[in-house]
This record gives sequence, structure tokens and C-alpha cells, in this order.
Amino acid sequence: MGKALLKRLALLLGTLLLVSVLAFTAFSVIPGDPTQAVLGMEATDQQIAAFRAKHGLDLPVWERYGRWLSAFVRGDFGQSFKYDKPVAELVISQIQVTLMLATVSFALILAISLPLGLIAARRPGGIVDRAVTVLTQVTMSVPNFIMGIGLMFVFALVLKWFRPEYVSLEQGLGPHLAFLVYPALAIALPKSAMTVKLLRGSILGELDQDYIRTAYSKGNSRGSALRRHVLRNAMIPVVTFLAMAIGDIMAGSIVVEQVFGIPGLGRMLISSIGNRDYPVVQAIVVLLAAVVVGCNFLADLLYRVMDPRIERT
Amino acid sequence: MMLDVQELSVAFTDRQEPFTAVDKFSLQMDRGEIVGIVGESGSGKSMTAHALMGLIPRSRAAVTGRALFEGVDLLPLPREALRQYQGRDLSIIFQEPMTSLNPTMRIGKQVEEALFIHGKLSPGERKAKALAAMELAGLPDPEGLYRQYPHQLSGGMRQRVMIAAALVLRPRLLIADEPTTALDVTIQAQILDTLKDINRQEGTAILFISHDLGVVKALCSRVVVMKQGRIVETGPAEQVFHHPREDYTKLLIASRPSRKKLRGGGEHE
Ligand SMILES: Nc1ncnc2c1ncn2[C@@H]1O[C@H](COP(=O)(O)OP(=O)(O)OP(=O)(O)O)[C@@H](O)[C@H]1O
Ligand SMILES: [Mg+2]
Repeated sequence: MGKALLKRLALLLGTLLLVSVLAFTAFSVIPGDPTQAVLGMEATDQQIAAFRAKHGLDLPVWERYGRWLSAFVRGDFGQSFKYDKPVAELVISQIQVTLMLATVSFALILAISLPLGLIAARRPGGIVDRAVTVLTQVTMSVPNFIMGIGLMFVFALVLKWFRPEYVSLEQGLGPHLAFLVYPALAIALPKSAMTVKLLRGSILGELDQDYIRTAYSKGNSRGSALRRHVLRNAMIPVVTFLAMAIGDIMAGSIVVEQVFGIPGLGRMLISSIGNRDYPVVQAIVVLLAAVVVGCNFLADLLYRVMDPRIERT
Repeated sequence: MMLDVQELSVAFTDRQEPFTAVDKFSLQMDRGEIVGIVGESGSGKSMTAHALMGLIPRSRAAVTGRALFEGVDLLPLPREALRQYQGRDLSIIFQEPMTSLNPTMRIGKQVEEALFIHGKLSPGERKAKALAAMELAGLPDPEGLYRQYPHQLSGGMRQRVMIAAALVLRPRLLIADEPTTALDVTIQAQILDTLKDINRQEGTAILFISHDLGVVKALCSRVVVMKQGRIVETGPAEQVFHHPREDYTKLLIASRPSRKKLRGGGEHE
């Protein structure tokens, strides 16, 4: 691997480390004592002391962080305060839905934005293009929880296409997906709008380039010029954008899980914050940060592969 | 007669003011001939070339007149029929060597693209022809260049790649639109030599566009002088250069940068 990539990788790890430090210190300064949250008001002094000793809460922050970090890199995410279970076990039990939701969202983004972008670029200023422009302008500015509430209202309450009640994978893949489509749409619509806009602009920009004229001068038809020359170049920024969007999708799912009552990582994160169950919060935060940073790295990598002008090292 | 252009006009309709970039341009060319078009910047040289190649979108401009190639008028041809000529019978190299190649496609693929479009050769046969064309265009180490990308090449090399791509099907007419204007003087001379060699070896007719009458005189038998979309003077290159009739032509000659002394031609003769 080249120097540039190694540098990126180092930066990536540095970022994660920073996130973990920030998360850790944030939880030790915000008000609210985990002991009380977990053991309740009537806990005896002995119980409290035992709890604090067990979880190392008497140690100074930096020492607790050191212990946490050295365990974390060895794959030990710690014990949950609340459930007295390993954090890893809790996270794994919740991550499936979130990953499924993210995957469906991503698939929807592709399915919506690629055809629309192509159609809009085909006749700039045409009816389709103008309709798409208006639609993208509108959806782009709607935050995904509003979008989620809107979809819920329209499809569950008014049209009654689905019941606003979570359907797990155990109840069958089909019903599971049929339910997830709606929260996934809430995440995917704003992102699709941005992707359409980007793709359309990118295609139109490439069509204006001199090398397209060269392509025509060789006898290319419109279609073959588009396929052979325009698309590859136009997709470079779009692919990069999509890779980075994966991080946003994960972040979006945290919010949207609340709206649709989906027992995923997001809901677990929120409830753990309420319970002051910091080991769980810490693990989820770092995990999400890893996804975001990892996707940025992936985007960079894809960019290098797709554009030969970037020095490949 | 290979090419017979009669009253070719290009009228742009895509901006506020309609604009006639080319006004009743006429020209006849025989096989294997090199004819020059000269004129100041904006005189309509490129638009003439693009119109002949069918590269001006009908939505942007009205192209009228006749452009008979081997007896067939290219202008009214539907797109599909015109495509059969582009890159096979007529080719063009552009004024902008830095941006005329696709940045993400390998050199080899771009050189052999016309073969791909117009024929059914195997990849191996295509490659052999591409390498031969690159050789003809004066590219060193075609085999090595074949897998490279445009950004790895200098402007002069890129223009040679354009020449190779334009010649891969040995067209009868090559339109060279100021192929060396963007390049420095020594490279310019070398590329002109290459074009001359190609004309001699392959019998390719060349419509050579330049704003430099000296270069045109060194290369062409006849020359057409353009001003504001119109032909103001035409004749044998020697005669137009040494005995210009129009003041505009005299100005063009006088305004030549004197540094540009070219090998195999120019002022010393
Ligand atoms: N889309 C357009 N609409 C209106 N006018 C245009 C358009 N495109 C080009 N023109 C005009 O057509 C004229 C001829 O341009 P052309 O490119 O043929 O000049 P040229 O002789 O090749 O000049 P140069 O030596 O600078 O290359 C110019 O005045 C230019 O402004
Ligand atoms: Mg020009």
C-alpha cells in the first residue's frame, strides 16, 4: 500500500481514538450518576460501594479510559451496568436490524437516484428534468425524522399500507423487509435527492467536455458516447458521495429507529444514555464513528481506483 | 473531386443574438491534397471544420449549404448515416490536445475506438492496427503507451495520440484544426513534419487550419483566407503568401510571430 493510503489509515485511527476520548470524557462530566440510575433510590451504601468497585467507578477518569481502551482493542467492550451482560452481546443482538435498515436504505438510494439522474440529464430543462428538480429540492430540505413521521402518517395511518408495529426477522424476511421499506425510505429520500442532483450535474458537466466531441467525431452514437465515455467519468464524484453517504445512513437510522419503534442500535443508544449505561453508549458511539470514518476511507480508495489522474501508489 | 463544399453556412440560434459564424464557405479538394484555411481568431475556421464533420448539434445552429464527400451530401444525412463517415472516411484532430482525450480511458482504447465502432475485428487485430497507427503518428514506444492514461503524456504526445486515433481507419480526409497552436514551437515543427509524411505515405488529404500563413504555405498547395465567417481570398499558397491581394491577408502575414521559423519551410525559401 502507498504512503498516501497509510497516512489516511493513520488519520482514521487517530480520529477514532479522539472520538473515544471525547465520548468518554463527555459521559464523566454530564450530570447523572450511573449508580443511582441502575440501582435505584433505595440502594444501600454497601450495594453502591460494591457496584462502584466492580465497575471501577472510583478510579480517576484517565485510568478508567486506559483500562477501557486496552480492553476494547482486545475485543472486550466491557460489561453493561444495567443488564450485567457483556456489551458486545447486547450490541450484536441489536445490530442486525440497523444493518438491514441501512442496507435497504442504500439499495433504495441507488434504485431511485441512478435512473432519475440519467433521465433528468437526458433532456435538461425538459418536463422530467424540471419535475425531478422540484422534487429533489423539496425532499433535500426535509430532515429524515420529519420524513419518517410524514411517511408513517401517510402510509400507516391514512393509506394503511402497513401497521406501525415492528416486524422482526424471525417473523419472516418478506414481512420484515416490507416493514423496513418505510423507515428506509425516510432515510433514502433526502439522500436520493442529493444523489440525483449530483449525478445530473455531473453528467451534464461531462457532456460539455471536449473529449465528448472527440467521441462523436469517431462515429459514436449518443448512447455509446454516454456509456463508453460520459458515465465512467460522471460516476466518479457520485460513487465517492455514495460511499460517504453510508455513514450518514447509519446516523439517520438512529433517528428513524425512534420514529418507527425499531429495536436497533439507535434505540439502544438512546435508552442507554437515559440509563447512564456508559459502557454500552461508549461502544455504540465508537462503532458508529468507525463506520463513518471507514466509509470516508472507502470513498477515498474508490476515488483512486476510478480516476487514474490520482497518483496510484 | 473528393470534397466539394458549396456555400456552407453556420448560423447559431442558441444565444440571444443569432450569429452567423460561417457565411457561404465554398471549397473543393482532390484526393491526397493538402489545403489550408487561415484567418484570425474567431473568423469561423473551427466552426467550418466542425460543420464538415457533422459535430454541430442541430439544436444549437442551422448548418446550410452542401458538403459533398465523394458525391454524397453529408449535411442532410440523418445521424445514423453520418456516423458511418465519421472516423472512417473523415477524421478530425482538434485545437485543444490537452482536453480532447478521455481522462479515464487508456490511450490504446482511445486510439482503437474507431475500429471498435466501425468494424468487427478481434481485440488482437484492433491492437495491432492501433499500434501501427501510433507508429505512423510518430509516437515512440506505442506498446508502452498503449496502457497509459492521457495525463501521463505531454501536449505534443497527446496530439499525436489524437492523430493516431484519427488515422486508425486510414480516412481519406483528415481535418487538422490548428493542431499545433497549443504546443510549443519545436513540437509544432515535428508534428507538421509528421502530417506531411502521413500525407505522402498514405495519400490522406488534409484540410489544415491555422492562423499562421507561413505554416500553411510550408504545408499546403492551396489556401483559403477567412475573415468574419467569409472567404476573402483564395489561391495557391505561394501566391497568397508572397502576393496577397487583400489588406487583411497582408496583416495576417505581418502579424506572424517571427520566432516561429519552421523546419522544412517558412521564410528562408
Ligand atoms: N454557440 C455559439 N453561439 C454563437 N456564436 C458562437 C457559438 N460558438 C461559437 N461562436 C462564434 O463563432 C465564431 C467563430 O468561432 P470559431 O471557433 O470557428 O473561430 P476560429 O476561427 O476557430 O478561431 P480560433 O483561431 O480562435 O480557433 C466566433 O466568433 C465565436 O464567438
Ligand atoms: Mg478554432
